[in-house]
Amino acid sequence: MNIAFIAGVLSNAVLSGTFILYATVGEVIGERAGIVNLGLEGVMLVGAVMGFVVTAQTGNPYLGVLAAALAGAAFNMIFAYLVVTRRGNQLASGLTLMFFAQGVTAIIGKAFVGKPITGLTDLRIPGLAELPVVGHALFQKDLLVYLVIPITVAAWFLLYRTSWGLRMRAVGEDKTVAFAAGLKPHRLQYQALFIAGLLGGIGGGHLSIAYTKTWQEGMTAGAGFIAVGLVIFAAWSPVRAILGAVVFGGAVALQLQLQARGANVSPFLLDMIPYLLVLVVLMLFGRVKGRVVPAGLKDVFEGTG
Amino acid sequence: MAETGALAKPFYGLSSRQRDVLLQAVTPPLIALAGFAALLAAYGKNPLAAYWDVLHGTFGSVRGLTEVFVIMIPLMFCALAVAIPARIGMVNVGGEGQLYIGAIFAAYAPLTWPDLPTAVMLPLMMCAAFIGGGLWAGLCGYLRAKSLVSEVLSTLLMNSVAGFLLQYLVFGVWHDPKSSNFPQSKPYPAAAVLPHLGTGRLHVGLFFALGTIALFWFVLYKTRWGYEMRAIGGNQEAARRSGIPIVRYIVLLFVIGGGIAGIGGMAETSAIQGRLRPGFSSSYGYIGFLVSWMSGHNPLLIVVISFLLAVITSGRDVLQITQDLPGAAVNILMALILFVVLARRGTQAETR
Repeated sequence: MNIAFIAGVLSNAVLSGTFILYATVGEVIGERAGIVNLGLEGVMLVGAVMGFVVTAQTGNPYLGVLAAALAGAAFNMIFAYLVVTRRGNQLASGLTLMFFAQGVTAIIGKAFVGKPITGLTDLRIPGLAELPVVGHALFQKDLLVYLVIPITVAAWFLLYRTSWGLRMRAVGEDKTVAFAAGLKPHRLQYQALFIAGLLGGIGGGHLSIAYTKTWQEGMTAGAGFIAVGLVIFAAWSPVRAILGAVVFGGAVALQLQLQARGANVSPFLLDMIPYLLVLVVLMLFGRVKGRVVPAGLKDVFEGTG
Repeated sequence: MAETGALAKPFYGLSSRQRDVLLQAVTPPLIALAGFAALLAAYGKNPLAAYWDVLHGTFGSVRGLTEVFVIMIPLMFCALAVAIPARIGMVNVGGEGQLYIGAIFAAYAPLTWPDLPTAVMLPLMMCAAFIGGGLWAGLCGYLRAKSLVSEVLSTLLMNSVAGFLLQYLVFGVWHDPKSSNFPQSKPYPAAAVLPHLGTGRLHVGLFFALGTIALFWFVLYKTRWGYEMRAIGGNQEAARRSGIPIVRYIVLLFVIGGGIAGIGGMAETSAIQGRLRPGFSSSYGYIGFLVSWMSGHNPLLIVVISFLLAVITSGRDVLQITQDLPGAAVNILMALILFVVLARRGTQAETR
C-alpha cells in the first residue's frame, strides 16, 4: 500500500463512479415517476455506441456526449411507449429493450470495434491538480467528471424543490390519485423517462468516450443492472446515489489496481467483486419493503403476471 | 397482473384467453418481421434475401432443421426455469447463470473421475447440474422470500458472477494444458457424453426437455400443488390468507427452475461441446426468458415458441456468414416480436 497505489485506486474510482452515477441518477428519476427500467443497460449501450461513433466521425468528443445523451433519450422513448402508453409489463419490457439494444449497437458499432479515438481530454485545474495523491484523481479529469455532482444535485433540486418534481413524485406514488387530482400522469412519466434516457446515455457515453476510449460489443457488461440496484441502495434519493457510486467505483478501482499490480488472484475472481458487493450491499441495506419505496413501484417488484 | 383465466377449466392447459393468444400468435411475428426488414433495408441489406437465407439455412436441409431442434433443447430448459417461478409471480432472469453453474457442477465428475462407467457418470452429472443450478437460483429465491433483495436484480447480478466463475475455471484450475491458449477444459470421456440421435448433433436432451415440460403441465393442471401455485399467481394475498405456504413455494420453485436450467447447461456441454467452454451458451438463458414471456408461461406454448426462436437463433449464424451481419443482429428480431406481444398484452389487461 503506497501512495501510487492509493492514487491509482482513487483515479479509477472517480472514473467508474462517474459513469455509474449518471445512470443511477437517471434511474432514480424514472423510478420516482413509478417506472423501473431494466432497459437502462440497453440505454447505456446505445449511449456508448452513439457517443463513440459521433466522436470518431467528427473528432469532437463534446458532440459525442451530446449524441450519446440524445440517443439514450430517444431510445428510452421506445420503452416509455411500451410501458406508459401500452401498459406493457415493465420488467419484461426493460429486458426486451436491452436485447434490442444489443442487436442495434452491434450493427452500428461493427465498423468501429478496436478503432482508437482521442476522446474527452482531461482538464487540469491549476493549483489543485498538483496536490499529492488526490490531485491527479480529482482535479485532472474530463468535463463529465466535474459535472456529475452538480447534475446530481440538480436532479435532487428538480425532484424535491420544484413543482414539476412534486407532481412527478405524486404520479410515482399513485397514478390514479394523481390523475384524479388533475395531473397528467402519462405526460409526466414520458418526461421523466426522457430525462432518465439523457442521463443513462451520458453514462454510457462517458464509458466509451472518456473512460475506456474504445467501443466493444456489450461493453456495459451489466453496469445498467448495477445502477438499478444502486437506486434501491440509495433509497430513491439522487444525493444518496453518490454514496452508491462511491462504493461501486471503489470496488471496480480496487479490482483494477490489484490486477495491474499482478496480485496473486485470478482476474476473473476479482471481476466478480463489484457484482457481489452490490448484491451484499442490497442484502444489508436494500429491504424491498422499506417505507421509502415509491408506492407505485411496489407492484413492479412484488408481483407480475 | 391478474390471471383471471388461470383458474378456469383447463383446455389441454390452455385457458380461453391463452387460446386467443395462440390464435393471435401469428401476427406479432409478422409485424416484427416487417419491422426487422425495414431495419435491414435501412442498413443497406436486402431483407428478402436475408429471410430467404435463414429459411433456406434452417428448413432447406435435414442438417439445418436438426440444428433448430438442437437449439430448442437449451431454450426449453431455460424457458422452464423462468416459467415455473413465474407461475407464482416471481421473475427469474437468471437462466443464463443457472445454465453456467449447472454445466460447471456437471463438469466436476468427468474431469475428476474420468473412468466412471456411463451408468454412473451421466446420472451423477445430471444430479450435480440440478443441485448446482438449484442452489444458485434458490439463493435468489430465499433472498426474495425474506424480502431482502428483489429477485430480478439478484438473478441478473448472479448471471455476471456465474460467467466469471466459468471463465476462472477454464482459464485456471480446469484449463486443458493441451489446448494452449484456448480457454477450455479437457474433453470429456465418452462415458460423459449424452447419447446422440442418429449421426447428427441432436441428442437425448430433447426428450428430457419435452418430458420436463409434460411433467410441468401435469403438476400445474392436475395436482394440488399446481392448483396452489395458480392460486398464488392469481392473488398472492388471498393465497396467503388461505394458508398456502408462500415462502416455501418461492424458494422451492426457484430451486426447481434453476435446477432445470442447470440440466440444460449439462446437456449442452456434454452432448454438443464435449467439454467445458465459456462460449457454450449463445444467450440461451436470456432467450429462454423471452420464450417464457411470449408463451405466457404456458407449458405447451413454450414448445411452440422455443421452436420459433430456435429458428431465429440458428439464423444468427446464417446471417453472419451470408449477409455479413453481427451475430447479435437477430436479437433485434426477437426483441421486436416481444415488443409487439408486450404492447398488445398490456392494452388487453387494461381493457379487461
